[in-house]
Formats: sequence, C-alpha cells, structure tokens
Amino acid sequence: MNVIIENLPRFAEGFLMTLRLLVISGAGALVIGTVVAAMRISPIPALRGFAVVYTEAIRNTPLTLVLFFCALVLPNLGVRLDFTTAALVGLTFYTSPFVAEALRSGINGIPVGQAEAARALGMGFNQTVRLIVLPQAVRMVIPPLINVLIALTKNTSVAAGFSVIELVAVSRQVIQQNGNATIAILVAVAVFYLVITIPLGQVAAHLERRVMVNR
Amino acid sequence: MSVLYDVPGPRARRLSMILSILAGVLILAGLIAMVVFLAAPRVNAGGVAQPGILDPSRWDILLDLAYWRRIGVGLTATLQMAGVAAVLAIVIGILLSLARTARAAVIRVPASILVEFFRGMPVLLMMLFILLVFSSGAFWAGVAALALYNGAVIGEALRSGIASLPKGQRESGLALGLTTMQVRFSIEFPQAFRQMLPIILAQLVVLLKDTSLAFIIGYQELLNIGLRQTTTTFGSRYQFTFFFVVWAIYLSVNLILSTIARFVAKRTAAGGAAARRARRTARVIAQLGGAGIDGARGTTPGNDARSPD
Repeated sequence: MNVIIENLPRFAEGFLMTLRLLVISGAGALVIGTVVAAMRISPIPALRGFAVVYTEAIRNTPLTLVLFFCALVLPNLGVRLDFTTAALVGLTFYTSPFVAEALRSGINGIPVGQAEAARALGMGFNQTVRLIVLPQAVRMVIPPLINVLIALTKNTSVAAGFSVIELVAVSRQVIQQNGNATIAILVAVAVFYLVITIPLGQVAAHLERRVMVNR
Repeated sequence: MSVLYDVPGPRARRLSMILSILAGVLILAGLIAMVVFLAAPRVNAGGVAQPGILDPSRWDILLDLAYWRRIGVGLTATLQMAGVAAVLAIVIGILLSLARTARAAVIRVPASILVEFFRGMPVLLMMLFILLVFSSGAFWAGVAALALYNGAVIGEALRSGIASLPKGQRESGLALGLTTMQVRFSIEFPQAFRQMLPIILAQLVVLLKDTSLAFIIGYQELLNIGLRQTTTTFGSRYQFTFFFVVWAIYLSVNLILSTIARFVAKRTAAGGAAARRARRTARVIAQLGGAGIDGARGTTPGNDARSPD
C-alpha cells in the first residue's frame, strides 16, 4: 500500500496521459467515424466503396500493428512523430471504423415504418429526418458509441508498448523498483481503469434501458 | 433509406452520377499521391539518398526462403496462442454464463462481479499481471489473459442468449418433469449457443487480433518475428515490405474467419427443421464425395456485431 501512496504522483501522471489519449483520440475518431459513416450511407457508390474498404481494412488489423506502423514505420518513411502523437494518430484511426459502424447500425436500427409513416403523413425529407429519424437515431447510437469509448479506454494501454508513459507503462516502471509489491500496484492500476470504464458502462446501461422503455 | 425522399428524377440522377465520378476521381488522386509519396527516393539521417519504397531492391527479400520460414514460425506461434486461448475462452464463457444464470445468489453475484471486472480490464494489463505474479512465461500469460477476457465476453453473450429465449421453453421443460439442470443443459443451452454462435465467432476474430498484444510482453509471434526481428536481421530498408506482408497475413486470416462467421450466421438464421435437413443433406453429400452444393440459404442477413478490441 505504501508503494502506491509514495508513487501516487507518478500514477496520477500516467492516469492523465491515459485520459489525454482517450479524450483526444476519442474526439478524432468521432469526427473521422462520422465522415466514414456518412460516406457509407451516401447514395454515391464510389464513396460507399471507399468506406467499406476502409472499415474492413482497419477493423481486421490488430491495434498493435497500427501503433507499430505509426511509431516505428512512419519515421522510416520520413514522417517524424513523437511517440505520444504517434499513439494518438494510431488510436484515432483504429477507433474510427468502429465509430462509423456504431453510427450506421444505429441509423439502420430505426424501423423503416417510422420514416414511411412520416412520409405518409405528408412530411418532406427535411421534416422526416429532423423530426422523426434523427431524434431516434441519436438515442439509439449513444449506447454503442459509449461501448466504443470503453474499448478505447482499454486500448490506450497498448501505447505502453510504444514508449508512451501512461498507466500501464508507469506500473511497469514502479514494479521494476518495487518487485515485492507487484499485486498491490497492478490492483491500483486496475482501479484507475475501472474508475473510467465502470461509470461509462453504467451510463450506457442506463441509456439503453431508457431507449427500451420509450420503444 | 430511400423512403426518406421521392424516387430521384433525371436531374437528381445526373447530379448523383456527377458526384460519384467526382468522388471516384478524388479517391484515385489520393491513391496516386500515396504511391508517388512512397516511390520518392528517401534521404536518410546521414544525408545519403536511398531508393524509394517501390524500388525492387526493397522487395527482393520476398524471394528469400529464410524470410518465409520465419514468417511461418511466427504465424504458427500466433495461431497456437489463438487456438489454445479460444478453446479455454469458450469453456470459461460456458461456465460463467451458467454461474450468472444460477438461482443461488451466492454463485450469481460473484460471477457477475468477475465478468464485469474482466470485461473492464485492458487485456495487456492482465497479461502483464499474470506474467509477473505467476511468472508463467509469455505464452501462458498471453493465453490466460485472452481466455479470461474473451471468456467473460462470450459468457455475457451466452447469458443474453439464454435470457432472450421464450419463457415457455423453460416452463415446458419443467412441466415435463426435467430438473432445472436438465432444462438448462438440454433445452436452454443448445438454443442459446446456436443463436449466439455468430457473436462468439466474431469475438474469436478479436481474440486472434489481440494475440499481437503478447508481442509487448515478449512472446515470439507473427508481429515480433515477422516485423521487429526480421527488420534487425535483414536491415531496415525492408521494414515497409515486412510491415506490408504481416498486415496482409493478419487481414487474410481475419477475413477468412469473418467470412466463416457470416456463413454460420446465415445458416443458423435459417434455423429449425430446414437447417437440420440441409445439414443432413450436406453430410450425405460429403460422404458421397460430392462438392459445390450449397447448404441452407439464410433468409435474414447475419449478425456481424463486433466490439473494437
């Protein structure tokens, strides 16, 4: 226990780095993911094809390989990034197709009858989308999006393998100096992660229940 | 969502056509720019010019048998870890789903806590933990962490599969005089398993991808041998080539698995007597040595649910 209290500033630093990775790459992935999702449902075949290839190619690549590319292969190609930036870029691109899929499945999850009913009532495209489809889509999309963010939180740990000093990397360093307290240190790190993931999960579960009730 | 607007008229169709061509040209331009960037000669830190990435001198390594032998070793190690972890994950998943649907709270509550804990933990942290606390060696640390994490996810899928069954299934089993255990094993479980098979298979793709995390704890697998070590052995001018090969291998293995998952999803979606008949037919055909006959065709598209880890 003493080890953790003594090293609390270092853990805090690692926690902040994990949070930074989560927030920045989460925001980036939301932006890119939205663009890809828009391409995926657009009426333009070329964009649709691009979105499908992008999604499948990245979804089937291990994150470790993506980060390896950003941190160690890109510099060899003449693109120099420091390790934190490389991790941010890698996590952003890796997460974006999952965001796109969550958005797409949310929009597709709205029964066609909803839009049909709106059209039957004489609503135009604008009214149908603004008043009927989008309000439901937003609610449908939030739980899966939160699940993507939870996964991203856990995925930030992979950056530890590529010289980013976040929670897992900090715990590794602290363990090297205090070999006898391994279990306590790892439990402490686990708690740090759970502090992020459990509340997010609760929010998702709560929203999911509300969506179910309203259906 | 074509119900959102009227059927496009000639002007809308023409506009869509123009936009499509424009987008195609843009994508093509992007690809060309990438190729030009890759093909440009490099100047390394010492100021010496090196050939571009597309130069044959960077790809001739692909003719080297020693290189492919190492790729083979790496791929075998990756598949080995994935295989052992997958079997264990399914066993753990079955046990956890049984525990979570148990009537006794003494069993149900700790199982729920365990599932939540394992699902909320980064796999890499679990690998590190097992490696350091049990000094099990990189292979078993990787296998155990992957089995626990994916077991928790599969257990959750199975539990929700059981929960989604019609109540009458369980009630009629009990009415027939089966014990609760018998109902669970011979009525609820087979149905839940079949229903959730696509999700379980999709999770196995995740598991296969995650074996690459063991690279960080020092396990000798595809990424470690095929990219890191070969770059040190054969020289960094081949690094992009090695990256490309490893990427292609991961992509093809995962796409094969995903295709199988989709195929299974279609078959199970057909469900019931028709699927059983089709399976029996397929078996008979296989025994007779026939090939190329499709089994049951699904009526609903498969469930390709997947989470990003």
